[in-house]
Amino acid sequence: MTFSLLIAQLINGMQTGSVYALVALGYSMVYGIIKLLNFAHGDIIMVGAYMTYYAIASFALPPVLAIILAITVSTLLGVTVEKVAYTPLRSAPRLSLLITAIGVSFLLENGAQLLFGADQKSMDPLITGSVMLGQINVSYVAIVTILVSVVIMILLSFVVNKTKAGKAMRAVSEDMGAAQLMGISLNRTISMTFAIGSALAGIGSVLYLCAYTQASPTMGSMLGIKAFVAAVLGGIGSIPGAMIGGFTIGILEALVAAIGFSMWKDAAVFLVLIIVLLFKPTGFLGKKIQEKV
Amino acid sequence: MKELKLKTPVRYLINTVLIVVLWTLVTLFVAGAGLKGEYYRGILITIGINIILATSLNVVCGYLGQLPLGHAGFMAVGAYAGAIFMKSTPASQLLRAGNNAAVIPYIIIAVLISAVVAGLFGLLIGIPALRLKGDYLAIITLGFGEIIRVVLTNIDSVLGFKFTYGASGLARIPKFTSLNVIYIFTVICLFLIHVFMKSRHGRAVLSIRDNEIAAESVGINTTFYKTTAFVFSAMLAGVAGCLYAGYIGSLYPSTFKFMKSIEILVMVVLGGMGSMLGSVISAIVLTALPEILRSFSDYRMVAYSLALVLMMLFRPKGLMGTYDFSMGNTIENIVNKIRNGRGSKHE
Amino acid sequence: MKKVLLFALVIAAFIAAPVFAGGSSEASSSAASGTITIAFIGNTTGDYAMYGVPVRNSVVMFFEQLNAAGGINGKQVKLLEYDDKADGTESINAYNLAKANGATAIIGSVLSGASIALSDVTYDDNMPQISASATNPKLTVMDPDDPKSEVKTNVFRSCFLDPFQGEKMAQYATSKYGAKTIAIFYENGSDYSEAIVQGVESQLAATGLKVVAKEAFATGDVDYKAQMTNIAAANPDVVLMPIYYGEAGRAITALRAAGCKAKIIGGDGFGSVKNYASAADLEGTIYMSGYAPGTPSVAKFEADYKANYNEEVPNMFAPLAWDASLIMAEALKAAEAKGLKAGSAEYKQAVIDAIKGMNAFPGITGSYTFNETNDPIKSVAIIKISNGAELFDEFF
Repeated sequence: MTFSLLIAQLINGMQTGSVYALVALGYSMVYGIIKLLNFAHGDIIMVGAYMTYYAIASFALPPVLAIILAITVSTLLGVTVEKVAYTPLRSAPRLSLLITAIGVSFLLENGAQLLFGADQKSMDPLITGSVMLGQINVSYVAIVTILVSVVIMILLSFVVNKTKAGKAMRAVSEDMGAAQLMGISLNRTISMTFAIGSALAGIGSVLYLCAYTQASPTMGSMLGIKAFVAAVLGGIGSIPGAMIGGFTIGILEALVAAIGFSMWKDAAVFLVLIIVLLFKPTGFLGKKIQEKV
Repeated sequence: MKELKLKTPVRYLINTVLIVVLWTLVTLFVAGAGLKGEYYRGILITIGINIILATSLNVVCGYLGQLPLGHAGFMAVGAYAGAIFMKSTPASQLLRAGNNAAVIPYIIIAVLISAVVAGLFGLLIGIPALRLKGDYLAIITLGFGEIIRVVLTNIDSVLGFKFTYGASGLARIPKFTSLNVIYIFTVICLFLIHVFMKSRHGRAVLSIRDNEIAAESVGINTTFYKTTAFVFSAMLAGVAGCLYAGYIGSLYPSTFKFMKSIEILVMVVLGGMGSMLGSVISAIVLTALPEILRSFSDYRMVAYSLALVLMMLFRPKGLMGTYDFSMGNTIENIVNKIRNGRGSKHE
Repeated sequence: MKKVLLFALVIAAFIAAPVFAGGSSEASSSAASGTITIAFIGNTTGDYAMYGVPVRNSVVMFFEQLNAAGGINGKQVKLLEYDDKADGTESINAYNLAKANGATAIIGSVLSGASIALSDVTYDDNMPQISASATNPKLTVMDPDDPKSEVKTNVFRSCFLDPFQGEKMAQYATSKYGAKTIAIFYENGSDYSEAIVQGVESQLAATGLKVVAKEAFATGDVDYKAQMTNIAAANPDVVLMPIYYGEAGRAITALRAAGCKAKIIGGDGFGSVKNYASAADLEGTIYMSGYAPGTPSVAKFEADYKANYNEEVPNMFAPLAWDASLIMAEALKAAEAKGLKAGSAEYKQAVIDAIKGMNAFPGITGSYTFNETNDPIKSVAIIKISNGAELFDEFF
């Protein structure tokens, strides 16, 4: 592999990784706060992608409106799912909650298939063209995707670390009971977390459509799993961790595919995850779990 | 008045009678269904396979209290091991000639091979995976399950000769899984789980679920028992896989996707974690449900997922909770109730 | 106690079920005397429903029209529909149910895996079966690696086999484009794609083509950027893509984004690829097709499909399913003409014989003659995409 090809592949990986990172953040935040592996998160991206598709391809709305629509619908859906399906189970065993999430995920996928049809919906790319940087061909989509996700990551770090709502979130994830005693509204904070996570999924869905131009009812499931792996790899509950995890997986996939082992891509991702977890059981930047006796 | 207390041999006798009665009912039921008999037979076999899968996952999930998401991987390993063995035997010709009795030794060997191979994989995966807990264990077993599937798809191109036949599928597997075969093996598997759980080792596993640190502090070797339960569960999943291969006749790696593991997990959780009866019932219901919903065709998967969510919302502990059924206990209870009732009248 | 009751209820319901179900099945088989019952089995839900739904639509439309026109031999054809979610176990369940409900022939299944599981059981019953879309050789032959293998004499297909179009793709690249170097982009884990690649590779020596890049993606994968960057770097004359239209759309978009301007040749899975990538990226792409859209023979079908389902024919499976139905109806007609009883062993054999005996039977996608392994011998239609439209170019 020549050097320029290597750089091109790294950029490919970072573009994919950016989408993973955005989705991983949603997983990470929700997991951090209610310890739920939110299987339906990937499917929220799917709904967001369909919204973008219909807005642009069927109603010919300008892209900006379409993006706003996708983010709004994703956010509302995320919060609705949380209110209807997860809130009543907050005190139930964790596994019941997990199965509910799986059920919601099935429901969204099958519902989408009924509503939108089983076939992929495809639209013309929103961003076309590329630029030659030396010998390397870089598409504008890649540049936009990477930039958007980095900016969002910085914004999110600011929100979580500096604002009142962010502090509430951190408090709830630290100790739910104590946070409540300090006057933090549990319901509102958890809904807030879902809203932010789902909004990020909405943005992720737009970036996904820019890169792959297609929406299908089951597009969310594998994307969701990969993103969750990214979140675990980076350390669950950590914003920079999600970014690192996402980029690691994206670049790993690109390099494995580049050397001709694309069919081993998924296996490689999981293998790296397993190795990392064995040596660092909470991921790159995860907090160490203290076990109470 | 003295309470009725059944002795162990009596209990086993009751259960044996129960098993024979159920077998007679099932056989009569299929024979009596006329044209639809074959259809019901197919569903009953699928139910049997799912019962083994669900109850075996229940060992790790319900009794050990861990959450593995790679059960389909063990099923796949067992299915391929058993199928490759069966293909090398003359079972196919024997079955075609109607010489079913002569196939029995091959079936037993195939099932044992499947169990051993799946068990070895269980050991290989269990030792590193069980160092982790909770959702981390879930994600790592998910990873292993996916790796097994990817390997099954691509191993031929690495080895350079035909072994699993990759994506085009391992076909022409002798179809040895009849209703009787599945019935016998389902009973055996349930019996093995029962015996394991009632033994000292089973109690140790339960104590780990309830409080791992406490279990360790009273001298239970937690790593050993966790691994044992995990391997045991994998072996039974391998058996289920082998029987599946013998029913379906052709295997594809894509059958054993992550979604398959989820399906099995859903059965366990819906039935109630830690309840064998729950796993059995939900395996029956969840296998039959899509068939019953056939007339809704387009809506049936939506209905299935909706049922799942509603079930969890209204019965978050599952159908049975941790309740387990024992015919012996039930008889004891009923008899004692009647005796007590009568006794109080006399006084 | 409540739980014991619940348990008893479940068991009771389970045992009681056949009493009712048994009753209904008898009713249906007795009502079937004035009709001919056949079944469609295919995946109309689940991951690959986009292939199964058009097949079902065409089959349903065909028999509706047939019944409206008086049916076969004055008898109406009752079409049972079963979803198998592309899963072998479900196909077998569906087949058993179809059989119990009196089906005398099967159209289906859609994907190769489920179709093969299905063909194993239909072979045991000598039940006539035709698939519109299962291209795997194992559908009709027990063991394709063994030249003397048993043929499942009751199973047919209306689409052509995979390696065949691979050979055509390689020949087209040299004879029409004068290509010297090619790149191949295929789906690993799809026997459809891999079999076409074998077909291409079998022609390398004869055509003098050199493969400068051979890249793959795993089933379900959506990200092809890395592979396309490699292909672009190898700079081939022609890129061969034996994959399905959805993936093809993404692949072509990614290939052009990676800066590669080579000509693209696709397989029959490319049908309706125009909806999956931009007109600019697709310009000049050609693909091998099982049918020639827009030509007079399919015009009526296309118009009817649009009128019935309010969408354009989504892919080639729809017209192929029409032909599968047409072939089956023709064979049923032959069996009826002999005055046999629907559902009997002789009837089924008569249907199979009628299909096997077809000689240049005119379907809408071409004419049908079946070879010794029950595969149709057909010519390939070349479809060229220009200005975002898929136009029939020539037969090759």
